[in-house]
Amino acid sequence: MKLLVPVTRESRILLGVAFFMAFVGLWSLLTWSGAVPKHFLASPWQTLLSGWDLFANQKFGFDVGMTVWRVVGGFLLAAVIAVPLGIAMGTYKPIEAFFEPFVSFARYLPASAFIPLLILWVGIGEAQKLTVIFIGCFFQLTLMIAMIVAGTRRDLVEAAYTLGCRDSGVIRRVVLPGAAPDIAEALRQVLGLGWTYIIVAELIGASSGIGHMITDSQALMATDHIIAGIVVIGLVGLLSDVLFKKVNQHLFSWSLQR
Amino acid sequence: MSRLSIRNVAKTFPGVRRGVPPTQALQPISLDVADNDFITVLGPSGCGKSTLLRLVAGLETPTAGDILLDGTPIAGAGADRGVVFQSYTLFPWLTVRQNICFGLREKGMPAAGQREISERFIGQVGLRGFEEHYPKQLSGGMQQRVAIARALANDPKILLLDEPFGALDNQTRVLMQELLLGIWEQAQKTVMFVTHDIDEAIFMANRVVVMSARPGRIKAEVAADFPHPRHYTIKTSPEFMALKAQLTEEIRVEAMAADH
Repeated sequence: MKLLVPVTRESRILLGVAFFMAFVGLWSLLTWSGAVPKHFLASPWQTLLSGWDLFANQKFGFDVGMTVWRVVGGFLLAAVIAVPLGIAMGTYKPIEAFFEPFVSFARYLPASAFIPLLILWVGIGEAQKLTVIFIGCFFQLTLMIAMIVAGTRRDLVEAAYTLGCRDSGVIRRVVLPGAAPDIAEALRQVLGLGWTYIIVAELIGASSGIGHMITDSQALMATDHIIAGIVVIGLVGLLSDVLFKKVNQHLFSWSLQR
Repeated sequence: MSRLSIRNVAKTFPGVRRGVPPTQALQPISLDVADNDFITVLGPSGCGKSTLLRLVAGLETPTAGDILLDGTPIAGAGADRGVVFQSYTLFPWLTVRQNICFGLREKGMPAAGQREISERFIGQVGLRGFEEHYPKQLSGGMQQRVAIARALANDPKILLLDEPFGALDNQTRVLMQELLLGIWEQAQKTVMFVTHDIDEAIFMANRVVVMSARPGRIKAEVAADFPHPRHYTIKTSPEFMALKAQLTEEIRVEAMAADH
């Protein structure tokens, strides 16, 4: 192993799979040996069967769909406002001076702490779930985008001015394309953040969704269902992350290393 | 007729923090550049020569004085003054051709016109076959050739170059000097070229403007009237050597002054 030297594609996949196998191996060992009681921790095989049962017999697909729609919906609402606001803050310093202190403060408000309040305000329906995701994503995203845009290369901006651009042209043709890959990357990271908030929102006051299934299973001591639910969240999160990354790589191939 | 007229232009930068005194970068300077003239501005580092160029480009505002282009005072940066910077400033998300067409597109020129002009300049800077490459796929010298083509494609009234070959290795630098001079000999442009390299200043220019240490002022103006087209071999001619010796002495005094 040498510092910072990349590994081949084959060994990268091999190593990644190896850890998953080691993890599942340890899990199997703990459960099959009887070291941990079955009702505390279900075995991998039991989890797999329960996962199948959930999808096949208990309409878990609908729960997953609801959760995905809530995350994506809340995330899109946040992005639609955060992206233009972040760009405005990054380019125009007075706008930044106006919003930045509040947004920095609001970023540290834990979205999950708003859940009791939101239940009072908007009830336990979809609006509450979307608002939790929105609060969790919006402030973070705004600050990240403002910072990315503020980091626009000055020399490129100057070059654009000497080529005849006005302010609007500089924003459209230099600031936006230059910041786009990093903004897309920020969106990807914040979408991951949304996934961590949705389950909390669904644990309290929901009648559908992965989080709701987990709370129900807890009452029944069905650890196999809980673990299956957690694994599904992990898989869906991973899938959305990989898709996002692929789209980014395709759109912004110019910004990748040769 | 003088194309560019710099009249008593001075520049003082305010202190960056409270309590830091302002920096006087340029003492009042006056300079005229005739149509189709090629002048080089030579000075030790930190003498304000880049500031002078940035003032003409409209990227800085003078503290005092006027800058006239064809008799009209300049206000801000504009497409009538093309700039080539020392750092690589090609837009990394655009191909070579798109970079060259950047200014034309801003003007709203139809695609066919853009293509015709970009074709011409791609040929002139010797980048045929690289039209669809992205900047990171090009060497430093090639990137600067695209930057020159991009500035020229706009057909500016004056071309301003701020140590454009400063980051290149010596062999590439010499080739680039010949390339740019070749373009100038053909196209006849008004050029202001800032450098700290004495050889480069003499080889490129009709007239070398020597600047003093900071705060900069014009210390001397020397004609470099070697016949065109120039070949790199003139760099070893006795006349060139004599001029170089003279300018080396001028710059040496200033570099020493800047050090103290």
